[in-house]
Amino acid sequence: MKTPPKVAVKNVSMRFGDVLVLERLNLDIAAGTFCTIVGASGCGKSTFLQMLLSNTRPTGGAIELDGVPLPDEPTPERGIVFQRYSVFPHLTVEDNLILASEFAASPVTGKLFGGARRKARAEVRETLERIGLAPAAKRYPAQLSGGMQQRLAIAQALLKKPAILLLDEPFGALDPGIRNDMQELLLQLWREQAMTVFMVTHDIQEAFKLGTRMLVFDKVRHDPVAPEAYGATITYDLRLKDGVSEPPPAMGALLPDPAASV
Amino acid sequence: MRIINRTPSRRTAVLLGLLPFAALIVSYAIASHYRRLDNPADKLLPSLGDMASTFWSMAFVADKRSGDYLLLGDTLDSLWRLGAGVGTATLIALVLGIAIGFIPHIRSSLAPFIASFSLIPPITILPILFIIFGLGEVSKVVLIVVGTAPVMVRSVAQAVMNIPRELIIKAETLGASVWQMTTRLVLPQILPHLITAIRLGLVPAWIFLISAEAIASTSGLGYRIFLVRRYLAMDVILPYVIWITLLAYLIDRLLLIVSRRAFPWHHAGGNSL
Ligand SMILES: Nc1ncnc2c1ncn2[C@@H]1O[C@H](COP(=O)(O)OP(=O)(O)OP(=O)(O)O)[C@@H](O)[C@H]1O
Ligand SMILES: [Mg+2]
Repeated sequence: MKTPPKVAVKNVSMRFGDVLVLERLNLDIAAGTFCTIVGASGCGKSTFLQMLLSNTRPTGGAIELDGVPLPDEPTPERGIVFQRYSVFPHLTVEDNLILASEFAASPVTGKLFGGARRKARAEVRETLERIGLAPAAKRYPAQLSGGMQQRLAIAQALLKKPAILLLDEPFGALDPGIRNDMQELLLQLWREQAMTVFMVTHDIQEAFKLGTRMLVFDKVRHDPVAPEAYGATITYDLRLKDGVSEPPPAMGALLPDPAASV
Repeated sequence: MRIINRTPSRRTAVLLGLLPFAALIVSYAIASHYRRLDNPADKLLPSLGDMASTFWSMAFVADKRSGDYLLLGDTLDSLWRLGAGVGTATLIALVLGIAIGFIPHIRSSLAPFIASFSLIPPITILPILFIIFGLGEVSKVVLIVVGTAPVMVRSVAQAVMNIPRELIIKAETLGASVWQMTTRLVLPQILPHLITAIRLGLVPAWIFLISAEAIASTSGLGYRIFLVRRYLAMDVILPYVIWITLLAYLIDRLLLIVSRRAFPWHHAGGNSL
């Protein structure tokens, strides 16, 4: 029997009131794909991720995970990194990282105490070294730089070893140097954990550099009288070889200008 | 430089802060002086010295009849009522506020009710409380609860709803149950807002406390000032008003300090009143 794709998007559309945001989305994503998503601002990329997360439900069509309809609320098998508000501001760096095991270990208080907590903190030591936050283990997120916060957010999203990792412009607020390091970190983690990644970005270079597959969202149909009548859909679905880092010259002109959309 | 960009130094700030107080005291002293020139037995604006000595004897000389220290007894009784009332209101605000802010079905069923309830002028139900609970302590405490809880519930519920949705989703993806999200995410996030709600709730709480004590009580700060009103004893009333104000101020500052100490992540950046 043929194994179903990791994620199957079947004729999905999304409508907010009279506004059709997304329409006719059809996709099969194989396990282990690093799927980057680009498109003009407001075309529905975040909305698409929210649907993959089960935070909002498509108003038409269906999304399947391993051949089964998505659960109707967020679950640990899909990790998420937002552009902002991804980590818990009231917890220190290390406590942000032990939170998942605390939830698993103590159903009533959701908190570990004494020796158990020391043990959990020791266990995230390696992760902290890995993301370069070991010296900042006792700090609160507000005391971290943007890059440090996002590293923490990624590490936290991977705690439950999700099969799918969703990232919504995770590096949008970072400067180029740090962004590079973060991309490397993300690629390493993706290879190690054999996840399927969906990453929205405004940076077309980044989309080519990281993705093994790239989706471009855009409106193809326009009604001059009722601009809201049609939604965006997938206009390009590119399978990239690992290592392609520049847009092919012919494509460049068709893609949204990253500088214009930020 | 524009005046909005000039910040006073610490010393200047303190001096500027003291200025209105000094102005008030000086103008009082002058007014009192001239009134007593006209009529040495004037009761309306007693001299600062008279007030100080009366206050001293209320505080440190045992009452001839009962042998109690009046100021201490009044203060403890009032603070107990205030604490019981605001404490109960805080508990109610915590439980209902989280439930309303976090669980849509509970919000739908309770939010309109609380919103209506909070519009009842609390003093109007004081007679009802007296009828139900009698003239004892319970009706005073309940008045404070009724007067402060609804607003506190609403501000806690709003604080819960203001928690970025991203954080709640994040907790779900980390495998948290609703209860775990409540204890580890919602509760710690709103505690600083709860303290703010208490600080705001204390303002009406003092009003209801003093009113209830004035109407039916045999002790307490409000009882005392309304009792001596009959003898036009401004030398008692004025120091008591200052004393009540000082207590209210100290409690407010204490809560602010507690909040700063306990929730450094909340106060990082930005100054607050
Ligand atoms: N809850 C909502 N109610 C109504 N309209 C919404 C809602 N959420 C999103 N939209 C609309 O859907 C459209 C797509 O929004 P979305 O956030 O998905 O865009 P995006 O592609 O992520 O944009 P950006 O690149 O700026 O983040 C927007 O026009 C937005 O106004
Ligand atoms: Mg977006």
